[in-house]
Amino acid sequence: MFATIKYYLKSFLFLELLQGLNVTGRYFFRKKITIQYPEEKTPISPRFRGLHALRRYANGEERCIACKLCEAVCPALAITIESEQRKDGTRRTTRYDIDLFKCIYCGFCEEACPVDSIVETNIFEYHFENRGENIMTKEKLLEIGDRYEAQLAADRAADAPYR
Amino acid sequence: MTDFISNMVSYMPEWMQYFWPDWFQYIISNVLLALIILLPLFIVVAYYTLAERKIIGFMQVRIGPNRVGFQGMLQPFADMFKLMFKEIILPTNANKYLFFIAPVVTFAPAMAAWAVMPLNDTLVFADINAGLLYILAMTSVGVYGVIIAGWASNSKYALLGAMRSAAQIVAYEIAMGFALVGVLMAAGSLNLGEIVASQEGGIGNWFGVWLAPLFMVYLISGVAETNRAPFDVAEGESEIVAGFHVEYSGMTFAVFFLAEYANMILIAMLASLMFFGGWLSPVPSLIPDSIGWLFLKTWIFMFMFLWFRATFPRYRYDQIMRLGWKVLIPVTIVWIAVEGVMVYFKVGPWSV
Repeated sequence: MFATIKYYLKSFLFLELLQGLNVTGRYFFRKKITIQYPEEKTPISPRFRGLHALRRYANGEERCIACKLCEAVCPALAITIESEQRKDGTRRTTRYDIDLFKCIYCGFCEEACPVDSIVETNIFEYHFENRGENIMTKEKLLEIGDRYEAQLAADRAADAPYR
Repeated sequence: MTDFISNMVSYMPEWMQYFWPDWFQYIISNVLLALIILLPLFIVVAYYTLAERKIIGFMQVRIGPNRVGFQGMLQPFADMFKLMFKEIILPTNANKYLFFIAPVVTFAPAMAAWAVMPLNDTLVFADINAGLLYILAMTSVGVYGVIIAGWASNSKYALLGAMRSAAQIVAYEIAMGFALVGVLMAAGSLNLGEIVASQEGGIGNWFGVWLAPLFMVYLISGVAETNRAPFDVAEGESEIVAGFHVEYSGMTFAVFFLAEYANMILIAMLASLMFFGGWLSPVPSLIPDSIGWLFLKTWIFMFMFLWFRATFPRYRYDQIMRLGWKVLIPVTIVWIAVEGVMVYFKVGPWSV
C-alpha cells in the first residue's frame, strides 16, 4: 500500500526525470573539453607510431644494414628490401619500400631493427595526392629521417628508461 | 499596417489608384502582414537550429558549431545554402505527386497556425473567436504530410515511420485536446487573446498554477506532437534510419525541418499563452506587461525542448502508447472533473 503510493508519487512528480534534467543542466555550465584541432592539439607520446623514417649515424652513414628483420617481422608484408654489397665491403639496401596502404602501424619493424634504423615518427598529418605516393622509397624515408632527426633522437631518449 | 497601406494609396495620383482596386489592396496588405509574421519566424527557426546544436553541445561538454561567422552565428545560413544546392532525389517507383506535395502539407499548416497567435492584446493577424480550435485543427493537419511522405517514398523505413507517427499523433492529440478543454473551461473562451486576458492579476492567476497537471500533460503531448525526443520514434535514427523523411534530400528535407522547428516554437508559445499568461507580467504591480514577457516565456519552453532532447533516451514504442492512452488521458479527465468542482465552488481565479 505504502509502496504503491510512493511509486505513484515518484512517477507523477517526475522525480527521476528531474534528476536527469539536473545532471544535463549542471553539465551545461561545465568547462568544455573540446580540442579545436588544427589550432589546438593533444599531447603526443614519445612512443607514438606515425609515418616511418630511416635514420643515419652522426657521421652521415645510413644505419640500415639490410638485415631484413623488419621485412620478416612485418605482419602486413608492407616492406620490400633488396640489397647488395657496397664497394667498401658493407651490405646496404638498394631498395627499401614501405607500402603505407598495407602498413598497419604496429611498430614491429621498429622493435625488430638491431641498429635503430627504421623508426616511426610522430607525424600523423600527411596525405597522398597521386597514385604511387603511398610507396615510401628509401630516399623519401631517409629524407624524413634527416629532417626529423632531432625529434626522433629526443623521443628515443625520453623512452629509453622504460625499455 | 492596413492603415499604412490605405494611407499610401490615398497619396497616390488618381490614375494609379485606378490600377489599385480595393480587392488588390486587400490582398497586398494581407500578404505583407503575413510576411511580417513569417519572416521573423524563419529567422527564429534558423537560429533555433543553431541554438539546439549549441545547447545540446554544451550539455555534452562540447562547444558546438563555432566556425562559420562569430561563434558559429552564420551556421544556419551555411546549412540553408547547402540544402538549397543539394540534389532532390525522387526514389524509384515513388509517387511523384504525393512525394512532392508531402513537405508542403506539413509546412503550410505549421505556418498557417501562426495567423491566430496574439503577440500582445492588439498585435494579432487574425483575431478570430475559435482561435484555439483553429490551432488544434492546423497542428493536426500537419501529420498528414508526415503520413503522405512515408507512403509516397516507397521505402519500408519511411512507411514504418509514418505509421508510428500516425498512431502516436492520434493518441497524443486526444490528451492535448483534453488539456486544452481544461484551459477553455477556465477561460470561458476559445479566443487566445481572451484566454490570456482571463489570467490577468499576477502569477497566482495563471492557469499553469491551477491546472498544473493539465499543463504537464500539455507539455508532454506537445513534445510528442512535434515528434521530438524522447518521442521521436517517427524518425528514430537508431531503428528506422530517419523515419518518414529518409528519402528526402535538399530543399524537400529542409521544408520538413522548417516545419518541425516552427511547430516547436508554436507549441512553446501556446504553452506560455495558455498556461503562463502570455505577455502578462508575473508581478503586475512592479513590472508592466509587455511583449518581452511572451518571448521570455516562449524561450524558456523552447529551451526545455532542447533540454529534454539532451537528457532523455527515446521511449520504446509500446511505452509511448501506454503513456498516452493509460496515463495522460486519465490524468486530464480527472483534473477536468476536479476543475469542474473548483469552478462550481468558486475556488480559484476564474469567475465563469
